[in-house]
Amino acid sequence: MTSMVSDQSRGAAEFRDGARDILPPLIAAIPIGLVYGAICTAKGMSVVEAALASALVFAGGAQFAATELWANPPPVLALALSTLLINARHVLMGASLKPKARFGAATPFVVFWMADENWALAERRAARGPVTLAYWLGMAAPFYVNWITWTVVGAAGGALLGDPARFGADFAFTALFIGLVAGFWKGRSTGVTVAAAGVAAALVYRTLGSPWHVLAGAFAGMVAAAATTRGGTR
Amino acid sequence: MSLDPQALLAILAMMGATYFTRVVGFLLRARLDLSPRMQAAFEAIPAAVLVAVIAPSLLATGWRETVASLIAALAATRLPLIGVGLVGVAAIVTLRQF
Repeated sequence: MTSMVSDQSRGAAEFRDGARDILPPLIAAIPIGLVYGAICTAKGMSVVEAALASALVFAGGAQFAATELWANPPPVLALALSTLLINARHVLMGASLKPKARFGAATPFVVFWMADENWALAERRAARGPVTLAYWLGMAAPFYVNWITWTVVGAAGGALLGDPARFGADFAFTALFIGLVAGFWKGRSTGVTVAAAGVAAALVYRTLGSPWHVLAGAFAGMVAAAATTRGGTR
Repeated sequence: MSLDPQALLAILAMMGATYFTRVVGFLLRARLDLSPRMQAAFEAIPAAVLVAVIAPSLLATGWRETVASLIAALAATRLPLIGVGLVGVAAIVTLRQF
């Protein structure tokens, strides 16, 4: 009985930690959700369709790319392929997080909520110990509801918002991701990874274009880390 | 309040593609012993993915974004995450006045 109570209170504390940690990306996602909703409306999607996209796909980058391809009727195969390619980074993210996560039998369900932001925070949390289901849900629940809510508000009236670049909203995630990368810093090896990933991604972005830069950058960073590791040659 | 059947189909296809990418990494990797090099490559994933995602803004958008990124990186050495976000946004808004 007492152990059940302490398990519950530990779970509640983990959930609260998750909800607290997700707050900066949650705030940054508000203008992005508004803009996404507004673009959906401008592309001829209904409010219901925009809300469903945010609720069922829940992947900002792929959703924005889909609005570029959206037509009447929407090209289903092209949209699926574009989404698959943009989200291919999730495979690496999942493989990296798996040994650090303790989601148990809930794993196949709760991986649905793996977005860049809560994944990165989970990776940061892993430095302190295993990532619990309660912590994961503490991040995912508010972030998910937030994304859907602001999509709907944006779709219903986001055209009134104006250009988000005016108040720097387009740069918020870049700044947050820089902060997260700094949290992962482990000396020179991280520097090598970051330099290789950044340069390769920027070059591929300028040549092949989006979304190839994400995979190119991720792989360049991994290869650079493997090539410069001392453990392999010793 | 309309929901077009083909729009629903497109959204469901996007959901399927996205869920597949999310679940497959968790299925792929059994707890096998990785070589030190593979280990290093896997440990590099968090930083490599995040930097790759923001690289266009960091290096290929304009000098203002690059400078604001440097300022955010500097802020990241001493501020918590929310502070880095605020400094970054303030920097880009200021730089865009020029």
